[in-house]
Amino acid sequence: MAMIRVVLPPHLRTLARVDGEVELEAAGAVTQRSVLDALETRYPMLRGTMRDHVTQLRRPLVRFFVCGEDLSHESPDALLPEAIAKGSEPFVIIGAIAGG
Amino acid sequence: MSKVRVLVGTRKGAFILTADGARKRWKVSGPHFAGWEIYHVKGSPVDPNRIYASQTSAWFGQIIQRSDDGGKTWNTPGSSPEELKGPDGMPKAESNKFVYDGIPGTHQWYDGTQHPWEFKRVWHLEPSLHDPEHVYAGVEDAALFESKDGGKSWNELSGLRQHDTGPKWQPGAGGMCLHTILLDPEDRQRIFVAISAAGAFRTDDGGTTWKPINHGLHSEYIPDPAAEVGHCVHRIAMHPSRPNTLFMQKHWDVMRSDDSGDSWREVSGNLPSDFGFPIDVHAHEPETIYVVPIKSDSEHYPPNRRLRVYRSRTGGNEWEALTKGLPQRNCYVNVLRDAMSVDSLEPCGIYFGTTGGQVYTSPDAGDNWKPIVRDLPAVLSVEVQTLE
Repeated sequence: MAMIRVVLPPHLRTLARVDGEVELEAAGAVTQRSVLDALETRYPMLRGTMRDHVTQLRRPLVRFFVCGEDLSHESPDALLPEAIAKGSEPFVIIGAIAGG
Repeated sequence: MSKVRVLVGTRKGAFILTADGARKRWKVSGPHFAGWEIYHVKGSPVDPNRIYASQTSAWFGQIIQRSDDGGKTWNTPGSSPEELKGPDGMPKAESNKFVYDGIPGTHQWYDGTQHPWEFKRVWHLEPSLHDPEHVYAGVEDAALFESKDGGKSWNELSGLRQHDTGPKWQPGAGGMCLHTILLDPEDRQRIFVAISAAGAFRTDDGGTTWKPINHGLHSEYIPDPAAEVGHCVHRIAMHPSRPNTLFMQKHWDVMRSDDSGDSWREVSGNLPSDFGFPIDVHAHEPETIYVVPIKSDSEHYPPNRRLRVYRSRTGGNEWEALTKGLPQRNCYVNVLRDAMSVDSLEPCGIYFGTTGGQVYTSPDAGDNWKPIVRDLPAVLSVEVQTLE
């Protein structure tokens, strides 16, 4: 089974108590939703930090980058590129550059 | 020997300042939760080693933190090392979940339209006077939550938000926040809260039903200056020996009530400006109160560029400037609403933090001041614990 690589922003790495990239097992269609679901299942502390606890909508200042492109506004159920599913490229979660 | 522990929330983390009863030599620990906004840190009056903290971020949302050892170590409630033993023992997020009860409804937006209630952050944590596991949270958009399991889970006391006037509440410049929670030490069923910009509210049945207590407030900036709600109350304070007497710093005006908020009268007296944010009461003198005048709502710094705490020993109206040790030239800091506190030593110590990162203390009730620290991030909140 392929491993999906996820890069978390520093504050979320602290909350999840991890260093560096996170690897998750991929099962079924690889989408934003399935990646985030797997991430939250493995690290429950991240619930509510990337998506709203209830609506599951992306928090406004959290962005998802894939293969150098910002896919934050894509459907959470759209298939992600094969490079993500194969683990050759990471799914990158960042806090938007917004001052502070 | 007595000690004091000062819990400081800042824009970029929490700091804990400790000293013995002389309050001259201080130890500084932190930053805890570095890089996050810490809106409030407050200890349980029943168990001072139990401390709750609100860690928040516009990016990543709300985190509740808890210490059971006086601030040395912290965990999110439900995720202590003992609770995480085992192969699947990962920290949980249930303690960060603040969900409005039922359909949230709408409140008034800046342009006068109706806007859905949306949870943003916890402004204020108020531990119960009786049980360290019981704690209240005042949140933005304005609502009151409580936890009875040490912060592991939260439920809304929705009678407040669902009050008939809810659709008329509106955000102030800082957001529509419930920032003040006062628990009546003589009546467990009575709680006072304040919301910007709705006003003050009181429950006499433990939080099930609420009434606005804004009679006597006068706010020129709203269409009806004497409206039932819509007032930008900045802070309320109470002396525990006189829970029916409340002191208020409103957007403009310092106010006083001697009937549990049923009516208010102005006690701004000779203040150089009656705009400001914090207000607090001396620990041993119920008629001695403190404010920090700010020039205006558009110029958030002290009048005449001089940082002065004003003290009234007559419960208002007659005020004296306290300046010894405070900057008296070129000062442009602000003191936010939750950034003043008092200890209960003799003489009473007064503390406040500034947006310039200073935390000042006066170990003699305001006569003389010194900075404990000068260069923290902007200070959002200051709470003091007096430890025996």
